[in-house]
Amino acid sequence: MKIRFRGLALATLATLGLGLASAPAQADLAAAKERGKLIVGVKADYKPYGFRDPSGAIIGIEPELAQDVAGKLGLELELVPVVSSNRMQFLEQGKIDLMIATMTDRPDRREVVWIVEPNYYSSGTNVLSPKKAGFKQWEELRGKPICGIQGAFYNKKTQTEFGAEIVAFKGTAEALTALSQGRCLGFVYDDSFIVSKLGEEEWSAFEMSLPTIDDAPWGLAVRLGDQEFHDVMHDMIVEWHKTGRIIQLEEKYGVNVTPFAQMMHDKHKAM
Amino acid sequence: MEAVESWFLSFYQATGINLPIVYDAFDRGRFVEGFLTTIWLSLVCLVFSVVIGIVGAWLQGSHLVWTRRIVQGYIQFFRNTPPLVQMYFFFFALGSLLPTVENEFGFQQPLLSSFAWAAISLSFFAGAFNVEIFRSGIEAVPTSTREAAEALGYNRLQAYLYVVLPLAFRVCLPALNNNLVNLVKTTTLAYAIAVPELLYVSNQIWSDNVNVPEMMTVLLFLYVALVGILVWGMNRWERAMKIPGYGA
Repeated sequence: MKIRFRGLALATLATLGLGLASAPAQADLAAAKERGKLIVGVKADYKPYGFRDPSGAIIGIEPELAQDVAGKLGLELELVPVVSSNRMQFLEQGKIDLMIATMTDRPDRREVVWIVEPNYYSSGTNVLSPKKAGFKQWEELRGKPICGIQGAFYNKKTQTEFGAEIVAFKGTAEALTALSQGRCLGFVYDDSFIVSKLGEEEWSAFEMSLPTIDDAPWGLAVRLGDQEFHDVMHDMIVEWHKTGRIIQLEEKYGVNVTPFAQMMHDKHKAM
Repeated sequence: MEAVESWFLSFYQATGINLPIVYDAFDRGRFVEGFLTTIWLSLVCLVFSVVIGIVGAWLQGSHLVWTRRIVQGYIQFFRNTPPLVQMYFFFFALGSLLPTVENEFGFQQPLLSSFAWAAISLSFFAGAFNVEIFRSGIEAVPTSTREAAEALGYNRLQAYLYVVLPLAFRVCLPALNNNLVNLVKTTTLAYAIAVPELLYVSNQIWSDNVNVPEMMTVLLFLYVALVGILVWGMNRWERAMKIPGYGA
């Protein structure tokens, strides 16, 4: 038994080793050019940043940005749907060449993938609340029941700094149901998620009227070491901000222009 | 108090064992509140589930076929469905069908709070088991004793309250004990519908401080203590009610 187990372990190690050795081989911009096709990982479940139209095709703000990149490089575009838990791995393994997938730029992620500067987008914390409530300041939440998600880091802040009574549920579906049933006067969550909900008929009597707090930038990423592609993407992002492409896409998809997009546009326009 | 706080803070810095529920006023406040909520929820459910058990067992002995069938239906429904599912069902499905009331902020709010729904669903859940537990006790009372009560002129309710139940109680206490212990532990499920009880506040605290192992340990010890107190009380009660020569 013991011997067999050791054999199995060796076999597993060997497979892992082979996998590690073979995956990153020749996966850079040059390879994509040779292939004639650029493969980009985007979200397919995060309206309006990346979602599926009725025909099943992936559309949204990030797929359009991906199309810009492919167009500039003169390559064909292939979109691969990714989720938060596999997006960096897909990039590392060479399944995708570029990742534009609503990813928050964090130092620990910078060690795994090459996040290209400047950041292309940004999101923070906000509150979805009935228009009737008419919240204008975070301080107005004092003493009011506000739904949240168990484990979200901004619950404590909303509670201690603004005095709201957090009613935390396990998932967004439960929290949204509780909000629509009147169990709380607002739902504190990522502003990009709230924006996507506001586009739905069901939430037409709701609004996101507070200033966004805890703004954190999003990063698109290429594989570590792919210098050529990194430089291309750097120029691309600068160009997006300069031409106001991000703002234009936000308007196209019915998103209120985010302060970040406006700020970056103003900053680069001048240069 | 400050000395204790600073000791726990330096204890954290020295050992890496982070117990903000001692040194952080905000975390301590919500933890104590969660603890009290758990005790209050447990007490409410204990009382109501025992009452449901006693009444249900009496109705089970009814001469009316439909009364017996309804009690049986209730037992089957609550015993055969997971308590977490019941809780979601009550809170989100049934809760939305009830009338709403205007709250202090001028908004329509469902009639019953999440605490009320947790108390209702847990009481009915444990109550269903209690009915069966009391039935086992009642069936252990000899028919001759019941007949003797009838011969003395007791009607069915009187015989149940003064003769059958007191004897049955002694027989079913160990089983009841078990079920009530389970009930206290099941109150943790209320965190799914945002009742701020122990597990819910602990979850919030460990999300903010990333001290899951510490909070888990604290939780375990607290539940051991809580259930220990309950079992100790029940055992004392069992001994106090003992009739020499009756039962084991």
